Amino acid sequence: MRDFFFGKLTWDAVPHVWYTIGGTVFIILAAIAIGIYLTLTKRWGWLWNEWLTSTDPKKIGTMYMVFASLMFFRGMLDAGMVWLQQAIAADSQGYLTADHFQQIFTSHGDIMVFFVTMSFFFGLMNWIVPLQIGARDLAFPFLNSLGFWLTVSGGLLINLFFVIGGDFANTGWLAIAPFSELEFNPSVGVDYLIWSLQLSGAGSLLAGINFLVTIIKKRAPGMTLMKMPLFTWNSLCAMVLIISAFPVLTATTLLLWLDRAFEMHFFTIGYAGNQMMYWNLIWMWGHPEVYILVIPAFGMFSEIVSTFSQKKTSGYVSMVWAALTITTLSFLVWLHHFFVMGAGPNVNSFFGIVTMLIAIPAGVQVFNWIFTMYKGKINLASPMYWFIGFLVLFMIGGMAGIFMASPPADFQVHNSLFLVAHFHTMIVGVALFGIFAGITFWFPKIFGFKLNERLDKQAFWFWFAGFFVAFMPLYLLGFMGAPRRIDHYAAATGWQPLYITALAGFCFILCGIATQVYLVIESIKNRKQNLDTTGDPWNGRTLEWATHSPPPFYNFATVPYITSHEVFWDMKKKGWEREKKYEDIECFKNTGMGIYISIFAFLLGFGIVWQIIWLIVLSLVGVIACIIRLSFDDEMEYVLPAEEVAKIEEAYHRG
Amino acid sequence: MDKPMINVSDTKIFGFWVYLMTDLIIFAVLFACFIVLHGNTFNGPTAKELFHLPTALAETLFLLTSSFTCSLGMLAISRQQKKWAIVWFIVTFLLGAAFLYIEISEFSEFLAKGASWKRSAFLSSFFTLVGTHGLHISIGLLWMVVMMFRIALRPLTEHSVSRIFRMALFWHFLDFVWIFIFTTVYGIGYLL
Repeated sequence: MRDFFFGKLTWDAVPHVWYTIGGTVFIILAAIAIGIYLTLTKRWGWLWNEWLTSTDPKKIGTMYMVFASLMFFRGMLDAGMVWLQQAIAADSQGYLTADHFQQIFTSHGDIMVFFVTMSFFFGLMNWIVPLQIGARDLAFPFLNSLGFWLTVSGGLLINLFFVIGGDFANTGWLAIAPFSELEFNPSVGVDYLIWSLQLSGAGSLLAGINFLVTIIKKRAPGMTLMKMPLFTWNSLCAMVLIISAFPVLTATTLLLWLDRAFEMHFFTIGYAGNQMMYWNLIWMWGHPEVYILVIPAFGMFSEIVSTFSQKKTSGYVSMVWAALTITTLSFLVWLHHFFVMGAGPNVNSFFGIVTMLIAIPAGVQVFNWIFTMYKGKINLASPMYWFIGFLVLFMIGGMAGIFMASPPADFQVHNSLFLVAHFHTMIVGVALFGIFAGITFWFPKIFGFKLNERLDKQAFWFWFAGFFVAFMPLYLLGFMGAPRRIDHYAAATGWQPLYITALAGFCFILCGIATQVYLVIESIKNRKQNLDTTGDPWNGRTLEWATHSPPPFYNFATVPYITSHEVFWDMKKKGWEREKKYEDIECFKNTGMGIYISIFAFLLGFGIVWQIIWLIVLSLVGVIACIIRLSFDDEMEYVLPAEEVAKIEEAYHRG
Repeated sequence: MDKPMINVSDTKIFGFWVYLMTDLIIFAVLFACFIVLHGNTFNGPTAKELFHLPTALAETLFLLTSSFTCSLGMLAISRQQKKWAIVWFIVTFLLGAAFLYIEISEFSEFLAKGASWKRSAFLSSFFTLVGTHGLHISIGLLWMVVMMFRIALRPLTEHSVSRIFRMALFWHFLDFVWIFIFTTVYGIGYLL
């Protein structure tokens, strides 16, 4: 009976150490403060109607951005704690226990990958992909809202361990079996990890299907595949990766959970389970995943370099093929994450060679970016700073990757800090710099004013310098034999000065983040000075710059006929003016259903983590009831008459 | 009927196909696990000792027939014959339910013999693969009931037909997956 009502939940689960109590109090106080603010300014209705229930991709994109930024601070806190521990833990235990330290780097990895990088990219795609292809909305506006809210419920669940439970997984971000099995990890930390990834994974999968169908089916007339802008192309490639890879994550983590909850034996040590199967499966998802994190950034940089060089992208067709080649090859390289498993020389050689082959399409892209700048009229605006920083870091990280693609070399640096330095160079240097460049580039389109250029350049220098100071020592430490994920080491190793240097680099990066926070506040305050009234602040080349800034909720009053992949540039050359012919537009109603389903899904996740039977049943019934309700809901669209469109457009023209 | 009721260029149907492909990948992972683990019996019962091929064949026939009657239901929909559509979907539902009944009794028979999912990695992978398919069948049955109510209560607009068509696609998809379960799990498991 107790099990039915409370499952594994006991009084031990309430916060009882200072940091979980602190975290809980902080979360509750923040919630109360927000509640008071919303009540005092009478903004509850506004928040619900204008934002939370919105199906407008630009608004959902902005919500993704806000969510990703909050998670980014959370992930950076973890990063700082890891670095601080390692800087002081020579011949001592530092300030964290081994177990606590392991939980921190695990949650750092999961939060940064799933909730920061992916959410930022989905935010940017929501902002820009429909505008670039001349679509008025995504193919499935409701699923877009649902996907976002499922991601948020996953994000809440991964942070909930602070309040209820007190432990997170200590297994590393991939929950590697058999260490993540019940035998070695009896607490609910791993279950929190599994179920927050299930929820956010479902959200990512829905978003992936949605964007794929949107790009395939909703392009403006005349836009053939080879006339799509490169950001859209790269997004399409990333969506193909999500659709093919994320089901593997869902299935694999589910199998791990079956092991833990139903005493199955997929990956256990006893009963003939197979642990290496977990490694294979998780990396079959994991390697495509790292490309999901960088391919959209490649697309953004292609747009940026061509816009600010005021020149056509060099080798458009080869850029498309490069993206497609990377997409395909990314499925054939997973085994390079565990060359040391002992699969034998033939298997290792195959995977080593395929990994090295990826350098070819990557090189094609790098040279095309450089050729695009060559003889261009380069305008060194702040997105270009991020671009050039990216190019430098991408070369360094890429070289390190090629080095590790060779199995004998990898045997030396496997699981060392060299690897950690390599993938941080890629994820910070490519994905994060891409996100910062993309936000700076497209911010005026979405909000109607530019970000402060001077502050953005300052933030860039902090990040760029900080990156070198923080991560170059890790390459050296890797060569000196420092393994990853160690909570303390002997002072005699001589590693401590390098760890302290890395911590100093982190402080530089923190200054960069502080500058960025100030940048956003300052730009909003002084937005009158940076207004974009033309809709085309950077002399852009692709379709998104053809509409107003910020765009009306239907994006385009009239959708132009597409003649090339730089259609707006061609239109401007021909002396383009906005057409004043308006038509009825079909729009999608707001709906709270995405939130309701996600609340039930969150409760379901929580119930499963703690094995509370009644909650599991109740929330499952809730989810099913919502879906049945939806299947009787046919009136999700409404028609915006041409006169209304004309009124909105006239208001824009008057300014 | 002059013009077909099912608009095959319907974005929602295309999106549903993409979803089915993702589901197929989940099944692919489960199949891979079964193939890797099917010999890992840990001195417990083996496939040959447990499986009863005629039972699996009966399940297969029920499911294949249900796919046929489901198509007859869709045919009735495209001819705007609501009553026949509901009749055929009821037949489909009964065949699906019969399949599920056989599957559950097979599972409980295994459990009675002490061959539960806790016994070995082989049995874990068997129960997970076949059970996931059974779970999909249950969802399909629930969906079919909802759609029958829809047919009864709402006019057969293009909207309705698209929804019913997606349900039918899902049902055929489960049939397709079952054919692989029959050959891979029961067939090969029985022979090897």
